[in-house]
Amino acid sequence: MNAAGNPTAQTQLAINGRDYRLDADTRTTLLDALRTHLGLTGSKKGCDHGQCGACTVLVNGRRVNSCLTLACMHDGDEIVTIEGLGKPGQLSPLQEAFVRHDGFQCGYCTPGQICSATAMIEEIAAGWPSHVTDDGTGKPQLTVEEISERMSGNLCRCAAYPNIVDAILEAAGGKRA
Amino acid sequence: MRPFDYARAASSADAARLAREGATFIAGGTNLLDLMKLEVMTPSRLVDVSRLDLAEIEATDAGGIRIGAMVRNSDLAADEGVRRNYPVLSRALLAGASGQLRNKATTGGNLLQRTRCYYFYDTAMPCNKREPGSGCRAIGGVNRLHAIFGTSEHCIATHPSDMAVAMRSLDAEVEIENAEGRTRRIDLGAFYRLPGDTPHIETVLEPGDLITAVVLPPPGGDRQTYRKVRDRASYAFALVSVAGVMALKNGRIAHASLAFGGVAPQPWRDEEVEHLLQGEEPSLPLFQRAADALLADASPQEGNAFKAPRLKRTLVAVLSELCGVKA
Repeated sequence: MNAAGNPTAQTQLAINGRDYRLDADTRTTLLDALRTHLGLTGSKKGCDHGQCGACTVLVNGRRVNSCLTLACMHDGDEIVTIEGLGKPGQLSPLQEAFVRHDGFQCGYCTPGQICSATAMIEEIAAGWPSHVTDDGTGKPQLTVEEISERMSGNLCRCAAYPNIVDAILEAAGGKRA
Repeated sequence: MRPFDYARAASSADAARLAREGATFIAGGTNLLDLMKLEVMTPSRLVDVSRLDLAEIEATDAGGIRIGAMVRNSDLAADEGVRRNYPVLSRALLAGASGQLRNKATTGGNLLQRTRCYYFYDTAMPCNKREPGSGCRAIGGVNRLHAIFGTSEHCIATHPSDMAVAMRSLDAEVEIENAEGRTRRIDLGAFYRLPGDTPHIETVLEPGDLITAVVLPPPGGDRQTYRKVRDRASYAFALVSVAGVMALKNGRIAHASLAFGGVAPQPWRDEEVEHLLQGEEPSLPLFQRAADALLADASPQEGNAFKAPRLKRTLVAVLSELCGVKA
């Protein structure tokens, strides 16, 4: 119980290689835990309903919408946010590619785009098919069509999509067909 | 969001015990938490079943597969055996949601998704599904996304799942463990209830029932596809969709099972249509007759009348593709 008389939960989270203890209202989403309880404001709140992807983080290596999951459901999980992917002066290859290709305008969706793309490149490497993969049993290729389909859970209201796709293509070693 | 108690279930028996005491299960949570934020759903107690040991895809003695209720949609879609033997299922999964959501969404949770009817989501509006007896504003209102089959005067909402449509075409059964620990299997078609005058009761699940798996028999045909028509190319719910599983033998249709999404309160199937195709030589006129037979029972509203011709064309296209007939 907290001071307001509402149920709480204790949760251990390993975020960007560091252990955190959280004692928060059970209603706390993973996104709110990161942003308002633990001070990791890199992950952004756009729609808060799983539609825009700005809150995308990696949980045990997989991309998820942190707004649509409860922090208390992640006890013991390993979480990587944009702060864990790179730092000023030590950018990840994707972060560098986003800068080089100007893959943003306002930048609000960018942390989600980069977390999502980081996992998406791994999914292609693991051979996961997508809606546009030609043959259901074939190996997916790094193409504009594949990247666009696989990134459809990340919206960019500035519509920097062509540059986002170029940045991902370059970082993943693909070519614009 | 309303406050709630949270407990993690250590076993399915543990989950059932907690649920019998009035708790709601949460697995991926991608739909439930969305609805809780809007206070469309207001459980006072959540039981987390996401860590139950139900995340395996196993071969069955009958030559099919048993998909654990906690298998994630992304894992199911990428599974080699599913892609090889049940491509319609992989295709349907990949046609739904986004990469992030498929990583969280579970097999059991996907079956239990609530409708995307705008009135159900808007707590300022009456809705017989959300608040029994309050009325339905979708009837005579904005109903572009709504059902043309299986509706009632109390509800015209659709079931939003793509996965369930493919499973219906594959003769799936839902495995359920009840609060006493007994397991039963129910055909997916009988699992969902039509709205009638109780649209708030969507399945035959009783309090304490936990979906533990979906069981697929060996595929009835090797020609399979899932075609989804939507407002944009990705990340949108179906306006209409068709799952088709067929087999041809000596130039005739030896097996045809078809299920339809975006058009009914449950993944829709029409045995009369399948019967009409059975044993026949594939041809465009035959497919047109099948489509006419399917739509004979349709009862569209003003806003979704387009779904009838759209579904006809989609069915003809799917049958043509599966049988190699030029449309």
